[in-house]
Amino acid sequence: MSSAAQTLSDQGPPSGMTGPVAWARANLFNSWTNSILTVIALYIIVRVGWSLIGWGIVNAEWTGNAAACHKAAGACWAVIHEKFRLMLFGTYPYAQQWRPALAIVLFLAMIPPSCVRQIWNRWLLVAWAIVLFVMGWLMFGGLGLPTVQTSNFGGLPLTLMLSIVGILFAFPLAMVLALGRRSRLPVVRSFCIGYIEFFRGVPLISLLFLASAMFPLFMPVGVTIDGLLRAQIAVILFAAAYMAEVIRAGLQALPKGQYEAAEALGLSYPKRTVLIVLPQALKIVIPPLVNNFIGTFKNTSLVVIIGLFDLLGTIKLATQDPVWRSFSFEGYIFAAVLFFVFCFFMSKFSQYLEKLLSRSKTR
Amino acid sequence: MSVDSDRRRLPARSSLWNDANTRAILYQIVIAAAVVLAGWYLFSNAAANLATRNIATGFGFLHREAGFEIGEHVIDFTASSTYGRAFVVGILNTLKAASIGIVLATILGTLIGISRLSSNWLIAKLASVYVEAIRNVPLLLQLFLWYILINSLPGPRQALNPIAMVYISNRGLRLPTFSDHPVHWVMALLFLVGIAGTVFLSRRARRKQAETGRRSPVFLPGVALIIGLPLIAFLAAGAPLAIDKPELKGFNFLGGIDLSPEFAALLFGLVVYTAAYIAEIVRAGILAVPKGQSEAALATGLPKSRVLRLVVLPQALRVIVPPLTNEYLNLTKNSSLAVGIGFPDLVSIGNTTINQTGQAIEGFAMMMAVYLTISLLIAASMNWYNRAIALVER
Repeated sequence: MSSAAQTLSDQGPPSGMTGPVAWARANLFNSWTNSILTVIALYIIVRVGWSLIGWGIVNAEWTGNAAACHKAAGACWAVIHEKFRLMLFGTYPYAQQWRPALAIVLFLAMIPPSCVRQIWNRWLLVAWAIVLFVMGWLMFGGLGLPTVQTSNFGGLPLTLMLSIVGILFAFPLAMVLALGRRSRLPVVRSFCIGYIEFFRGVPLISLLFLASAMFPLFMPVGVTIDGLLRAQIAVILFAAAYMAEVIRAGLQALPKGQYEAAEALGLSYPKRTVLIVLPQALKIVIPPLVNNFIGTFKNTSLVVIIGLFDLLGTIKLATQDPVWRSFSFEGYIFAAVLFFVFCFFMSKFSQYLEKLLSRSKTR
Repeated sequence: MSVDSDRRRLPARSSLWNDANTRAILYQIVIAAAVVLAGWYLFSNAAANLATRNIATGFGFLHREAGFEIGEHVIDFTASSTYGRAFVVGILNTLKAASIGIVLATILGTLIGISRLSSNWLIAKLASVYVEAIRNVPLLLQLFLWYILINSLPGPRQALNPIAMVYISNRGLRLPTFSDHPVHWVMALLFLVGIAGTVFLSRRARRKQAETGRRSPVFLPGVALIIGLPLIAFLAAGAPLAIDKPELKGFNFLGGIDLSPEFAALLFGLVVYTAAYIAEIVRAGILAVPKGQSEAALATGLPKSRVLRLVVLPQALRVIVPPLTNEYLNLTKNSSLAVGIGFPDLVSIGNTTINQTGQAIEGFAMMMAVYLTISLLIAASMNWYNRAIALVER
C-alpha cells in the first residue's frame, strides 16, 4: 500500500495532462465551439500575418529611392530613412537639431530612475526640475545658444513639449478645480462645476480652433499671442477639466473621518488640504492619473489640424514632397509606432503603480 | 494654561473676520468679483477688437448666402443656401456619424469584451492585442491611416466585391438597399407599435405574476407582434421587394447606399477606436459580478441562458452603464476629428463659416451650444436608463 502511494507521488501527473498538446487541448480545443473558433482564428492569423510579413518585410523597400519604392510590391520604409530628420524634428534649423535630440535623450534618460520606488524623493523632483529647465533651454535657445522661433518647433519634441507642459500646468489647475467643486461655498462650487462641465462637454478640436481664432480677439488691441502658446493654453484648459474629475474621485474616495479628524485638530482649511487630504487623495488616483496623462499625450496630436507641426504635422509635411507623396501611409505607421511605444509604456507603468500602491491592501 | 489666558483676553468673536460665515461670504464676493472683472476685461477687449475690424456682432449672417458647397448633406444644400442651413447640415452630419458609430461600437465592443474573457486562449489573446494596439495610438492618426487605406483601394471599375452587391472602392462603400416603397414606412411604424405592445404585455405579465404567481406567455406574443404586424402589412401590399443594387455606370456606381471615403474612414476609425474602450468596460462589468452569483443561480436550477439573462447581466449592466455613457459622449465629441479628413461635420462647417464671415464669437457659441446640448441629451437618457436598471434600495 505504502509503496503504491509513494510511486503515485513520484510519478507526477499522468502523461497527456501536461505539455503543449495537453495545454492546447485545455485552452484551444476544450469544446466544439472553441475548436471551430480556434481554427477560424488560426486561419485569419496566418492569412493576415502572411500578407503583412510580405508587405512589411519581404517585399518592402528599405533604403532605396522613390523609384525603387514604386517598383517594390511592399511597404516603402525608405521614406522614413530619407525623411527621418524632417519627421522627427520638423523645420527646426538643421544644424541645431542636436538640441531637440539631446532634450529628448535627457527626458528618456530620466524615465528609468523615476520608475524605481526606492528613489522617489525630493532629489528626484529637483533633478526633474533641472532637466525640464535644460530641455526648455535647449529648445528655445538663449544663454549662449542661438534662439529658435517657436514657429520652427516641430515633430516629436513639439508633441512631447505640448504634453509635458500641458500636464505640468493642468495639474495644479485641476487640483484647484477639484477642491473647488467640493467646496462648501456655493459660488466657488458653481464656478468650478461650470468650468469642468463646459470643457468636458465640447470637443478639444473646437477649443483649439477657438483658441487660434479668438485669443487675438480677447487680448488688448495690438497684442498678439504666439500660435504655439495658444494651442498650449487650449490643451492645458482642456486637460485640467478631465484631470479635475480624476482628482475629485480621489477626494471622494477618502474616508470622511480623515476630513473630520483634520478639522477636529483645529487645522485651517489650507493646512487640512495640503497636509491631510491631498497627499492621501492623490495617492489613490495615481493610476487613473497616468491614464489621464496618456489621454493628454494622444490628444496633443490634434494640433496638426490648426496647422502646428507636431509629429503628425511633420509627417504630413515630409510626405508632401511630390516624389514621396504616395508613401504617407508608411510615414503615419512610423508615427503610430512611436505613439504606441510611449503610450504602452505609460499604461504598463500605471498598472505597475496600481499593484505597488495597493500592496498595503492585499495580503 | 496659556490657552486659557488667551481665551480670556480675546472676546469670543472679536471681529467679523473671525466669523466663518462672514468670511465665507467675503471670499465668495471676492471670487465672483474677480471672475466678473476678468470676463468684463476680455469682453471689452473683444468689443474693441471687433470695432477696429469692423465686424458687426449678431446672428444676422445666418440668413446670408453661404456660397460654399458641402460634399455630404442629409437635407438639400447648394452653394446658394444660407449659413443657417449649412449649420443644420453640419449638425445632422455629426449626429449621423455619432449615432451609427455608437450602435456599431457597442456591438463590436461587447463582442471583443466577451472575447477577452473567452476560455479559448487564442481568442482572448487576439482580443487583448486588439485592445492594446488600438488604445495606444491617437484616434486622429488612425483616421488618417483609414483614409489613406480607403483612398488607395482600386477604382470603381476594379472595385472589391467581397459579398454580392457590396462594392468597396476608392469612391467609398456601396451597399444594396431596398427600393423606396410607401409600405416600408407603414412597416417601420408597425414595428414600433409591436415593440410598444410587447413592453405593455411584459409589464402586465409581471404584474399578474406578482399578484397571482402565475406566469403568462410574453415571448411568443411579443415576437408575433414585433415581426408579425409588419409582415402582415408587407404581404397585404403585395410583397414589394425590389432591391436597389449598386451598379457600375460609367466611372462610378449608381444606386444603393453610398458611404463616401471620408464618412467610411470616420466611421471605421470611430467604431474601431471606441470599441476598444467599450470592450474594457464590458469586461470589467462582467468581472465585477461575483462568481458566487452565477454559482448560486445554477444551484437553484436555472438553465445557463437564464443565469446570464436574469442574474449576471442585470448586475453587470449596473457597473457598465455609467462608463459606457462616457464612451458615447467621447465618441460624439471625437466625431469632430472628421475635420482632419475632410468630412463636413459641425466643426468643419462651423469653421468654414467663421473663416468666411469673421463671426467667430457667434459661430463658436453656436458650436459649443450644440455639443453641450448633445452631451446633456445623451447623459440624460443614459442616466434615465441607469436609474431604470439600478438596484432598488430601501
